[in-house]
Amino acid sequence: MFYREAGDFKVSYVDDSQTFPIKFDRYRYYVVLAVAFGIIPFIINDYWANALLLPFLIYAIAAIGLNILVGYCGQVSLGTGGFMAVGAYACYKLMTAFPDVSMFIHVILAGGITALVGVLFGLPSLRIKGFYLAVATLAAQFFLVWLFNRVPWFYNYSASGQINAPERDVFGIIITGPNAPAWATYLFCLIFLAVCAVVARNLTRGTTGRKWMAIRDMDIAAEIIGVNPLRAKLTAFAVSSFFVGISGALFFAVYLGAVEVGEVFGIQKSFLVLFMIIIGGLGSIFGSFAGAAFLVLLPVVLKVVGADMLGWPTDIVAHLNLVIVGALIIMFLILEPHGLAQLWRVAKEKLRLWPFPH
Amino acid sequence: MPDQLVFAMEVILNGLMAGVLYALVALGFVLIYKASGIFNYAQGVMALFAAMTLVGIMNGQVPFAHLINATFGTHIHYFGWNVPALLAIILTMAVMVLLAWAVQRFVMRHLVGQEPIILFMATIGLAYLLEGVADLMWGSEIKTLDVGLPQGINLWIDESTFNIFGYGFFIDNLDIVATVIAALLVAALVAFSQYTKQGRAMRAVADDHQAALSVGISLNFIWVMVWSVAGFVALVAGIMWGTKSGVQFSLSLIALKALPVLMLGGFTSIPGAIVGGLIIGVGEKLFEFAIGPLVGGATENWFAYVLALIFLVFRPQGLFGEKIIERV
Repeated sequence: MFYREAGDFKVSYVDDSQTFPIKFDRYRYYVVLAVAFGIIPFIINDYWANALLLPFLIYAIAAIGLNILVGYCGQVSLGTGGFMAVGAYACYKLMTAFPDVSMFIHVILAGGITALVGVLFGLPSLRIKGFYLAVATLAAQFFLVWLFNRVPWFYNYSASGQINAPERDVFGIIITGPNAPAWATYLFCLIFLAVCAVVARNLTRGTTGRKWMAIRDMDIAAEIIGVNPLRAKLTAFAVSSFFVGISGALFFAVYLGAVEVGEVFGIQKSFLVLFMIIIGGLGSIFGSFAGAAFLVLLPVVLKVVGADMLGWPTDIVAHLNLVIVGALIIMFLILEPHGLAQLWRVAKEKLRLWPFPH
Repeated sequence: MPDQLVFAMEVILNGLMAGVLYALVALGFVLIYKASGIFNYAQGVMALFAAMTLVGIMNGQVPFAHLINATFGTHIHYFGWNVPALLAIILTMAVMVLLAWAVQRFVMRHLVGQEPIILFMATIGLAYLLEGVADLMWGSEIKTLDVGLPQGINLWIDESTFNIFGYGFFIDNLDIVATVIAALLVAALVAFSQYTKQGRAMRAVADDHQAALSVGISLNFIWVMVWSVAGFVALVAGIMWGTKSGVQFSLSLIALKALPVLMLGGFTSIPGAIVGGLIIGVGEKLFEFAIGPLVGGATENWFAYVLALIFLVFRPQGLFGEKIIERV
């Protein structure tokens, strides 16, 4: 009734090619932004920030990054955990080396360093395809984690081998460390997520994104019509690793504060982010958000229902969590290979005709 | 003979035996991949599941005891009997066949014709599911597995090498047994796929699904069979690794050890899995021995992957893999 193009006349090319061509979508987008930036910071507390909002925001950035590589460019990567670790350690080294520089710059530089590492490990993708590549990216995962574990320079020779985020600020507001207020950390991550999402959205619907998708759909054909596979694949690795690096830096500096690399950035993390984009939807920015939200919420909901309401021991709840995640992955792959994003798309199509479907 | 050389020889011997165990896990992958084009990431978890089931049956544990106790407030843990090892192995094999049927019926059948990478991700989901089910069924604590395999240093080798080199090699009896069993298993699998009717049918399915269907081979049966054989390989691998280092979560990570073996040897080749396993086993032990102390040790985690990665850049289909031909 209200969700349709009719009556919404476009008078310029800019209007015609905007991200949300339907008026309702556009308003919804502004409302979401207004709530996220204008309301939540005032009502947020530590529990909500640490249990749900921060992990959601940070994983969403990682999921967008991985989605660019896997969903748009078709290069399956199992090295996300390793690249997040690069972001975290780069951020740590920068934070301790240049204490006076703003955190924004540190996080962006950490992303840049991760992008370089990503390109390096993306080089074999020019020769190796499919599973062979998926397994090859595991080399990045294991090598990077080992490197950060064993080379003391990376953790500043600390006795525990951990890295701890010192207190740093942005424009005088403390962002990292135990004294950071919840609203500040939330806003800091939210700004990064919003910018990343807009950048990713516009990259994927422009020339670059089309080249990625051409490579994904059939790389030899893409090469023949003039897409340079070297550039397309390496830009995908670079952009993807940039986002993943940012999320790793935020995960360490803002969310956790202290990190032991094998535990936090192990292969489980790679799979978790991969699951997010499978459940959310490969090749969809919205899907990255939906998948991240889903897999951040699921353990929390299970814990509340299982451990707090039914009184089960926590280890059983943790095992059930594994079973449910595994079963969901299989179910999504069987029933809806395009994930939550496809459900959303179908719902919108229905809504367009509602209430007169014929 | 200089000491370093003797040490290196011992390292190589141990590496060869570790390599045979890697090859054993890798074989499970190759079998499923050849017959159905599925790259089964869950193979490692299947080994864990098999080992846990074996221990559970031998000790007479009640399946899902924790869950039952938590739901109904009871306190049951054990049936109170012990099952002899051989019977328990047979029972576990039955469970693995059942699992193979369930995987085929509820997962893989619905995914026929999907892209390989989707199937791969489905098996990652399967790995999570199985791991959760295994933990729920038998509890997640570390268990010891003893089916009567010999363990400890082999004195004969120790003595005879001492007489020759003046230094006794440390070779675990278990490794020797594992090597023999793995070799037998490989021979049996090769014979099975070459000389039996079912084995031939399996190779026919691997070659061309539709042609196999049209000559009257039941795809469903072959796939259940292949998953059962992979379950059997997983059981053997689970017994070996479980006896060696206890039945615990890290057992499922042997799948990650087998992946570089596969890349090196090629996904489609049984000899490739064996040669790849040996190369990786010897390579990583030697690297750790020679270079490891210089860079802080524990290089075994990544050496195999980096070796496979460098290798693949020059030969993308692995040592023995079928040549990849791509057409538009």
